[in-house]
Amino acid sequence: MNKISIKNIKKGYKERRNQGRKGSDASVKGDDIMVLDGISLEIEEGEMVCFLGPSGAGKSTLLRILAGHDQATSGEVLFNGQPVTGPSADNIFVYQQNGLLPWYTVWENVEFGLRNLEDEEEKNNRIHEHIALVELSGFEHHYPHQLSGGMQRRAELARAMAVNPDVLFMDEPFTGLDYLTHLKIREEVINMHTFYQKTTLMVTHFIEDALVMADRIVVLGERPAKVIMVKKLDFSRPRNIEKDKGLSELRDEIFLLLGVSYVA
Amino acid sequence: MHNPIVRKLLPFISFFLLLIIWELTVRFSGWSTHVFPTPIEVVNGAYELSSDGKLFKDSVASLYRVTVGFYLAVIIGVPLGIILGRVRVANQIINPLIQFLRPISPLAWIPLAMLWFGIGESPAIFLIFLSCFFPLVTSTMISVLSIKPIYFQVASNFGFTRQEVIKKVVLPAILPEVITSFRMIVGIAWLVVVAAEMIAVQSGLGYLILDSRNALRMDYVMVGMITIGLIGLSLDYVMKQLTELDEVEWRKFSS
Repeated sequence: MNKISIKNIKKGYKERRNQGRKGSDASVKGDDIMVLDGISLEIEEGEMVCFLGPSGAGKSTLLRILAGHDQATSGEVLFNGQPVTGPSADNIFVYQQNGLLPWYTVWENVEFGLRNLEDEEEKNNRIHEHIALVELSGFEHHYPHQLSGGMQRRAELARAMAVNPDVLFMDEPFTGLDYLTHLKIREEVINMHTFYQKTTLMVTHFIEDALVMADRIVVLGERPAKVIMVKKLDFSRPRNIEKDKGLSELRDEIFLLLGVSYVA
Repeated sequence: MHNPIVRKLLPFISFFLLLIIWELTVRFSGWSTHVFPTPIEVVNGAYELSSDGKLFKDSVASLYRVTVGFYLAVIIGVPLGIILGRVRVANQIINPLIQFLRPISPLAWIPLAMLWFGIGESPAIFLIFLSCFFPLVTSTMISVLSIKPIYFQVASNFGFTRQEVIKKVVLPAILPEVITSFRMIVGIAWLVVVAAEMIAVQSGLGYLILDSRNALRMDYVMVGMITIGLIGLSLDYVMKQLTELDEVEWRKFSS
């Protein structure tokens, strides 16, 4: 059964600054600037889908629309046949910037999604379990500013996973991390996905991340964006781009598609 | 300079110098000590005013007015500031009026305040309220408007109700700035209360200064001034403790 159906999503913004200017590009129709121009996709339950594309292509906008944080100009998104109408705790978003509330401790941040749980014991157990899952035990009562960037990102993952969402949305979740932390957290997300099999939609500008993580890669083109490539990745994990010829070929193919012809 | 005892004594050096300059000025200026009393005379004056309890009573009277006016401003100003920061229509309707009234000095309200409230506590408290209210509403509103949008996105993602957004996002987010404004407006209130007491009431440190001037007791005038300075310093010290609370610690690390 299809979990998420994306049907011909279009998204335009009202252009404010350049109104009436000469030489505006072809994507300007009337006052609207088209960002997404008819995106359609079916996403299976438990699938990890990575969206790639040039910057400004509208990847984040698409993700926000899917999660109900933004509205499409036309088209619809169905979760199990039900149209998405707004944000919900079933679809948790992990942001590019730090989305932890800085005035609350790790524990209190994770408690957020569980605040309506009446059984105190179950609630505490779940908070404990998810803090342990991201290896932050011992840091429960630290404030976000007392943690490193990587630990903050892990705390945010714990907060997201604790509510047991149907879908996890990640918008460039590794941005701003140092290289090693980036790789470590990527590995943790992969492990978490292998374990929980949670439908995960991720936007990234690191092609390597997509190659290592995704069950399917979706490449968006220049604005106004259409899907220009959908690729299923049947490689076993853990993956190694250098050693697996299929992966490195796919990498070159995507690079070429995005306009980079030579990769060192 | 690295000796901690020496460092603690440093602020007192300027006070000590001031005392010496003061004493020398009185001696060599040729002014009568009725016009410019010596430090010793002021100490005597302070003793006289304290021994009959007048200084204490006047200080309490002034502090009482500041406290009531301050709390009134907080009770009305903070919620209004939050509304102005969160509800666009309310902002468009009310904010221009507030920004128009804000630059009018509370002292300009004295004639009206006396006509409306007569002589006594009420006009003085009203003036203190005004002096605290406008800066507090404005700074609360600005801090609400500058909360990062991502926190509201997180709140809506986790299905927060309106009350939860106020309680768990807005209030903790603005607390550091609001506490800083508290510290600022207590300072303003303390400035204004003295002026208000010179006109609208017959007690308090402002009244003490005015009354002593009429009696040509410049030593009492200076006792009043010094008391105002000392209480102002203590108020600021107390308010400064609030800015060190654990609840606002995070603000120092977030841009």
